[in-house]
Amino acid sequence: MTSIDQGPVAAQAVHEAAHQDTAAAPAPTMPVSERILRVLIPLVMLAMLIGLWAWYVAAYNIPKYILPGPDLVVQSLIKDWPILGMALLVTLKITFAALAIALVGGVALAILLTSSKWVELALSPYMVILQVTPVVAIAPLILIYAPSTQAALLICAWIVAFFPVLSNTTQGLKSTDHNLLNLFELYGASRWQTMIHLKLPAALPYFLAGLRIAGGLALIAAVVAEFAAGSAGAGSGLAFRLLESQYRLNIPRLFAALILLCATGVVIYGVTSLISHLALRRWHESAIRREN
Amino acid sequence: MSLATSSPPSAAPGRPIVRLEHVSKTFSNGTIALKDMSLSIGAGEFISLLGPSGCGKSTALRMLAGLGEPSSGKIVWPDAAEKAAADKGEGEIGFVFQEPTLMPWATVFKNVWLPLRLKGISQAAARPRVMEALEMVGLDKFADSYPRELSGGMKMRVSIARALVTRPRILLMDEPFAALDEITRQKLNDDLLRLWEQFGWTIVFVTHSVFESVYLSSRIVVMAARPGRVIDEIAVDAPHPRGIGFRTSQAYGDYCRRASESLLSAIGAADHL
Repeated sequence: MTSIDQGPVAAQAVHEAAHQDTAAAPAPTMPVSERILRVLIPLVMLAMLIGLWAWYVAAYNIPKYILPGPDLVVQSLIKDWPILGMALLVTLKITFAALAIALVGGVALAILLTSSKWVELALSPYMVILQVTPVVAIAPLILIYAPSTQAALLICAWIVAFFPVLSNTTQGLKSTDHNLLNLFELYGASRWQTMIHLKLPAALPYFLAGLRIAGGLALIAAVVAEFAAGSAGAGSGLAFRLLESQYRLNIPRLFAALILLCATGVVIYGVTSLISHLALRRWHESAIRREN
Repeated sequence: MSLATSSPPSAAPGRPIVRLEHVSKTFSNGTIALKDMSLSIGAGEFISLLGPSGCGKSTALRMLAGLGEPSSGKIVWPDAAEKAAADKGEGEIGFVFQEPTLMPWATVFKNVWLPLRLKGISQAAARPRVMEALEMVGLDKFADSYPRELSGGMKMRVSIARALVTRPRILLMDEPFAALDEITRQKLNDDLLRLWEQFGWTIVFVTHSVFESVYLSSRIVVMAARPGRVIDEIAVDAPHPRGIGFRTSQAYGDYCRRASESLLSAIGAADHL
């Protein structure tokens, strides 16, 4: 979980930008020693933290229902994998389904909002209301109205994940270079052509920033919604298992569930960052490493 | 390029391609950007609109391109087919902005392909024309580069190639080299002049540089600000091809003095710069 940044960084070095005034300069590469250190330092840090944890638990004789040692947590993770694995799958399903709908819905709504200022005037207040109302507060209502608990969880996660995609993409669509818009007008581009060839590519960096936020938020919202559903959460995602472990004072399993959630979040962040990097590395300022 | 054999296009300006008839433009905030401008642009002419900022030269150029309508007066394209083409912005007009205005996410090739792509011409079908345009500006080796990998001058060349790819009959250039350093600018001026001598397009070139306008043009339209208007017209009859010889000649100096005096007389009493 500590090496998520390595992929993008290494790829970045290979596709390094030529300096602005020297066309097609050779790509400078990172020295080998630095690359090794970039992997090594986070790993050493992680090992030290786990060591400290193990030492503290052993030295002060902490009971396992307060703080289990790392060995016990790993044992629990392996022993309870049938239960936790199933729970992880349920949570992942909700997270990714919510994220997918948020991406499609967010982009579609952003296009709609920027296409007409009347639509924007009519809809944007409700977008804001939807965003600023804490999802825990509306979850009970959604649980009542939704056809199933799973659907309710999905709606909760979607509400949270959808806003960053919408607001970032809207901002991107509005930030198109005015001269390029003139150019498209000059060459008689249709609205559709302007959208496909100009506005959407120009909004891509903004959308990808939204995607990175939305990916993390979708997981958080899925967990929060499961908490809100509480005992109704018979679908048993990770959050439900977490609560259950707490009630039963099965703290090692609680830690195992927590670690799974944490790892999932980190992987989602890593994957969305990688997607963003791959899409922008050839042209966008954010992906360029400068020498000076 | 066989420069020696090319005839000087300015010697015989053809029939008018487009006429501005008493064109005025007032912006919504009340600013009079352009007042009562009349100008006839003949085929094969190289016309410079020379003036200080705020004299309406860019406004006039944008209206020629169909970006914005005149508040009064009209722009007449004598040939109906040309008018139709100009309205649709297809083929007849090439426009070069002050900034290169390239799409940063697209390669040089795709940037130049854009005007053809918008007309539905596939990448394969457009390839010969795109490469030809890139060759004209000397960038055929950089087809697969991204704009950020190029220098300022090279970006401007790409922008020119994109304007040329539709084989326009009239090329509109809005202070295209104003942001470049002097050396790059001189090189691009020379290159532009060679291309014009070779292909005989009609060019309308907006600039605030007296020296640039005299060096390039067959006719200089001198404009003044507040309100934007035409104050003088100077025909530059120096023969082509022009080069370092012309730039250091007595005639060049005379034309420059004439244009500068014209500009100064307009600034004169009314404005305090």
